[in-house]
Amino acid sequence: MHRDLTAVYFTWKRELIRFFRARSRIIGSLGMPFFFLAVLGSGLNGAITLPGSSGNYMQFIFPGILGMVLMSGSISSGIMVIFDRQFGFLKETLVAPVSRPSIIFGKSLGGSTTALIQGILMLVIATFLGVSINLAVVPAAVLLMVLIAMGFVSLGLVIASLVEDMHGFQLIMNFLVFPMFFLSGALFPLDNAPQIVRAISFIDPLTYGVEALRFLFLGSSSLPIAVSVGVLSVFMVAGTLLAAFLFNRIES
Amino acid sequence: MEDKCNPPQKGKAGENGPFTIETTDLTKRFDQLIAVDSVSINVKEGEIFGLLGPNGAGKTTLISMLVTMKKPTSGSAFVNGYDVTKNPGEVRNSIGIVFQDPSLDEELTAYENLELHAAMYGIEAKDRKREITSVIKIVDLEDRLNDVVKTFSGGMRRRLEIARGLLHCPKVLFLDEPTLGLDPQTRSSIWDAIRKMKKEKKVTIVLTTHYLEEADALCDRVAIIDHGKIVALDRSETLKNSLGGDIIIIESTDTARLETAFKTLPYAVGIKSLDGRITLKVSNGERKIPELLEVARKEGVEVKAVSLHKPTLDDVFLHYTGRAIREEGVTGKDSMKFRMRAFRARRN
Repeated sequence: MHRDLTAVYFTWKRELIRFFRARSRIIGSLGMPFFFLAVLGSGLNGAITLPGSSGNYMQFIFPGILGMVLMSGSISSGIMVIFDRQFGFLKETLVAPVSRPSIIFGKSLGGSTTALIQGILMLVIATFLGVSINLAVVPAAVLLMVLIAMGFVSLGLVIASLVEDMHGFQLIMNFLVFPMFFLSGALFPLDNAPQIVRAISFIDPLTYGVEALRFLFLGSSSLPIAVSVGVLSVFMVAGTLLAAFLFNRIES
Repeated sequence: MEDKCNPPQKGKAGENGPFTIETTDLTKRFDQLIAVDSVSINVKEGEIFGLLGPNGAGKTTLISMLVTMKKPTSGSAFVNGYDVTKNPGEVRNSIGIVFQDPSLDEELTAYENLELHAAMYGIEAKDRKREITSVIKIVDLEDRLNDVVKTFSGGMRRRLEIARGLLHCPKVLFLDEPTLGLDPQTRSSIWDAIRKMKKEKKVTIVLTTHYLEEADALCDRVAIIDHGKIVALDRSETLKNSLGGDIIIIESTDTARLETAFKTLPYAVGIKSLDGRITLKVSNGERKIPELLEVARKEGVEVKAVSLHKPTLDDVFLHYTGRAIREEGVTGKDSMKFRMRAFRARRN
């Protein structure tokens, strides 16, 4: 037990060391969301009036962009396991006399910590761009961001356990991450979206993340907060269990 | 160096005596291919045991079963008294592994790599630094301890991996092709490290190699493995002597006379003369030359040249498998093995 906790801690620490050592990756990961928020947000601010919403467009998409940062940050940290496999480090982890779930849990914590850091950086950037943030909701937002990130790290880990080489990596980013982002209602309110888009958005876990963040930052959302948090919790628990199960199956 | 690497042994000794590793009819089958075929070996405590064979001979598969990474199809194996199929956890705890392929985190420093390993293998926080310092010295990397592994050369990475394998004081260290693809200079530095850790850490070492000179230089005993079977197993000296000893060639003024004289010597066999040269086989050739020269002097024959050819493991390998280890030509069966390996390597 003691050793498993140590394993969790060191797996977490490794993720953090790697994260801080790759500064260009941090900047790269925040670049796109920054442009989305800055260009799309300010560009469409004057052109779009959202029905039933008092806030401006940048304010509206900010939780969506934050969700995108959390999702892409945590999915890619889960997917890093593919790189561990490619560069051989995975073997070292797999033969270590510690339980596999402790490694999964450490990775999940590590990935969500780094995603959270990116999320907080995004919060800061957003305030500079003119988004107003109620500081009182930040503690709750941090918890919510951790919940969202842990779910998506697991998703990344699940993908990494199933996909066996790096070629699949780009494919997943294009056919999973971007559709999930666009269908989550990050850029438009789902209430007015076509039926088909709405239907698909309900199976997109990011929808619930964005909705919950929107509830916190804007005070209202299309979905009730209890539903969003509930679905996110189920997603996180189920994802982690599935990741642990699949990771256990990997034969070194 | 204090001997903190010999904790009280927890595993029960094997049934047949104090062997660190015992396998009985160990077999691994992949569909049609028998990668390891009824291998029964015993590795003694504290020795360097070499598994020598060409690529695809089954060395890595055999090692993989011993380190619990692959399950045997049949047969049994005990490592440090633990059954590899029934107690894989205990086996892993008591061994160190240096894989054939690199397995370091390149973005971490040497220290961070070692620290991570130390933690995973249950070394207490207060002891980690001391243990790391101790193993890093063995591989001569203390001045690079805080550098990121990305900046290391191939040989340095290998040495770091060896240090890592030693870190948790394993009773057995498995080295899978420790010098594969390294230049001769680097190779000898790794050999030094291996010898040093045998001496300082008193660890049993099992290494696979397809370099004959490596097996010769390092191993106390060598098992020659070909097509999954052990075809010979002994001390490399004994293996070489089993070929009938060293060959001495003497060029002289009177071959016929020498030949008659040598034929009276009990230890000389296979005496042949050709073109003014006599060829004979003896054991410990370098010690016999003075005696032979003495015989020639007594006979009044002038010796013009003497040459000594010691059989190498090359000759041994050729003798037992009927082909040279360095043969580049790959048979259909071998190339299938290569493909299987490549396929598995990708999967793993």
